[in-house]
Amino acid sequence: MIPGSSRFRGFFCFGDIRQSVRRMEDVMEITVNGERKTVGSASILGLLRELDIDPGRVAVELNMEILPKSNYETTGLNDGDRIEIVHFVGGG
Amino acid sequence: MFSEDQIERYSRHIILKEVGGKGQRKLLDGSVLIIGAGGLGSPAALYLAAAGVGTVGIADADVVAVSNLQRQVIHHTPDLGKPKVESAREKMEAINPDVKVVTYKSWVRADNIAGIIEGYDFVIDGTDNFAAKFLINDACVLAGKPYSHGGILHFIGQTMTVLPGESPCYRCIFPNPPPPGAIPTCAQAGVLGVLPGTIGTIQATEAIKFLLGVGKLLTGRLLMYDAEGMDFYASPIARNRRCPICGENPTITALHDEEGAMNACDLG
Repeated sequence: MIPGSSRFRGFFCFGDIRQSVRRMEDVMEITVNGERKTVGSASILGLLRELDIDPGRVAVELNMEILPKSNYETTGLNDGDRIEIVHFVGGG
Repeated sequence: MFSEDQIERYSRHIILKEVGGKGQRKLLDGSVLIIGAGGLGSPAALYLAAAGVGTVGIADADVVAVSNLQRQVIHHTPDLGKPKVESAREKMEAINPDVKVVTYKSWVRADNIAGIIEGYDFVIDGTDNFAAKFLINDACVLAGKPYSHGGILHFIGQTMTVLPGESPCYRCIFPNPPPPGAIPTCAQAGVLGVLPGTIGTIQATEAIKFLLGVGKLLTGRLLMYDAEGMDFYASPIARNRRCPICGENPTITALHDEEGAMNACDLG
């Protein structure tokens, strides 16, 4: 799946995510692959989990800076962050 | 100068103000190497030949298998068992006798790729595995060779053009290949046959624009295509100062094979 694609946009329709976001007092509005999203995760790793994305299959760019995988857990999210999530696609 | 046949053959190019006679001459004087004569390489080779790119190199060690024919449109049923580069050469020469086709019946490796890409103006990555994709990136970055990355799987395609030293490279995004087994292969996940037609044609478009020197290349943007949702999205990508090959302190200064970067898409 491509984050940002129509398929990706469906992720936030999942009932359990919507409920967990509603319960969070500290929700943030960020942009993921050009789409504005309201999320409850505190870190990049948490965001990937919220989106059901395997960190081993993607690269993540936060505000135009590619993040080392080792920083996914320690990198926090802030309101207004712009995130790009891109997948490995190796076929030809 | 153009022959009468060439003026007629390329008339729809020549009439374009962005191409004209001068642009067509650039194409005829230009050279593009396609690595991989499979799903991505097929449309790229056909369109580059039709466009009158003067020299088209094509590298692949494989022979045509029946499971290729669902998407590798340069190969036809009578070509089964034939080396892919020979099958591709025949079609390109049949389309356009102006094109000089150079074949490399070989896989690219750390010990041969520099010699293969040398002399070409632009390289198209049409390979089906991460080892080759990282090697092509490294070889093109170290040689300062512009190239187009492409990948396909399932209903998803991606492509980005790399101008080494100017725009982000593949390792700027993905410093290392994915862990073995993390990404399913095309043999496992399947691939929509028409998908490489879209991505390979975009790669050929980039090669032609580069040769012509017109337009805006797909640099600093990883274009992602979801055929199922019919959605295109270009992720803006910046150069990565930590990039292991084009960053501030590169750790890759010589070519190496990415052992263990398994075949991603056993396209045969």
